[in-house]
Amino acid sequence: MMVAHHISDELLLSYASGNLAEGWSLAVATHLALCPACRHRLFLMEKTAGQLLVDLAPEPAADGSWERMLARIQSAEGTPTSQPVAVSPACDEIPILPDPLRTYLGGDVTSLKWIPLGRGAYHIPIPTMDRKTKARLLRIPAGKPVPEHGHGGRELTVVLTGSFRDGEELFARGDIEEADTSLTHQPIATPEQDCICLAVTDAPLRFSNWLLRLVQPALGI
Amino acid sequence: MGEAARELTKDEVAKLLVAVGRDRDVEAFERLFRYYGPRVKAYMARLAHNSQAAEELMQETMMTVWNKAAQFDPSRGNVATWIFTIARNLRVDAYRKDRRPDFDPNDPAFVPDNAAAADAAFENVQEAERLRRAMEELPEEQLQLLKLSFFDDRSHSTIAEQLNIPLGTVKSRIRLAFAKLRTALEEKA
Repeated sequence: MMVAHHISDELLLSYASGNLAEGWSLAVATHLALCPACRHRLFLMEKTAGQLLVDLAPEPAADGSWERMLARIQSAEGTPTSQPVAVSPACDEIPILPDPLRTYLGGDVTSLKWIPLGRGAYHIPIPTMDRKTKARLLRIPAGKPVPEHGHGGRELTVVLTGSFRDGEELFARGDIEEADTSLTHQPIATPEQDCICLAVTDAPLRFSNWLLRLVQPALGI
Repeated sequence: MGEAARELTKDEVAKLLVAVGRDRDVEAFERLFRYYGPRVKAYMARLAHNSQAAEELMQETMMTVWNKAAQFDPSRGNVATWIFTIARNLRVDAYRKDRRPDFDPNDPAFVPDNAAAADAAFENVQEAERLRRAMEELPEEQLQLLKLSFFDDRSHSTIAEQLNIPLGTVKSRIRLAFAKLRTALEEKA
């Protein structure tokens, strides 16, 4: 399985810099867990940052700075020096939701309480500390479309299981789609199985259908 | 301070960090501290309100370096890269109201990289040198964008406003810069 749709440089740079809001970061980190190629691109950015750090004009340390540090490490002696071996509990099956997403939701897809959105679609809002974005897990029924919509801002979608088509493009596990105000689209889940994806937005979607616009506030989309 | 002013080569810092991780070598740590401390402090000072706050965050960063030295993973980057990621995460904790979720290589759903890690330590020194040279070749306007993004916690749209250039230009400069750096690293000399 190869991931076909990747993170843009500008989004990845914000994540590497540590200045990307938590909701977007959750989508980026979820994609990164499933995409070694983008992790390589992230590492290149971090290497670049490391070199820029070395090139920064040094800010002299305070008087007695090393002596303080020395006192701290000496009083910290005895702290474990080698890493605690993180052994994940033996798993026969690979979870659908990778970390960090699984931790945010408190379990894998089978253990979650889905909230109906109507027409066979379900969602689960994901709480974050960031007020700018809204993150949710979405389940689109097999073969069904997400109603056609545009975007008041940015939308990031990471596919976790199943797949959807958006125009000519097919998005499957691990793929990320970046949509902005210029895109009006109608993603359609492929017929084999329901499509579960992580969707993060920073503004309400703009549905083409007036009826959906009417019930939208109640659904919180 | 005479000793501190001397530049350390990438090879030297890697050996120093190994000595810290494996042997709890305090002298090696002091050399790392004197070299990286003031640079980390300069990085923190970009956001900190005063020099004391920057000093505190630098101390925290170096404390983490001491505690986690044995976990340093040379396949992900060199020592400067590793210290940057520690400093960045501490700065996010200190100055952002939200969190920065990260992937977990020990997660059973994590998709590992199949490309065999060759002699990572050797590769890294070579690669870091190629990267440094490629960065020197970048046009100033591209390098400036990378610095603003990495150091000053500004979104790309804020940077665009500040520099009075369209957001599209910011994005294309970022893409150009990383395309060049990637190409430079792929050319195995």
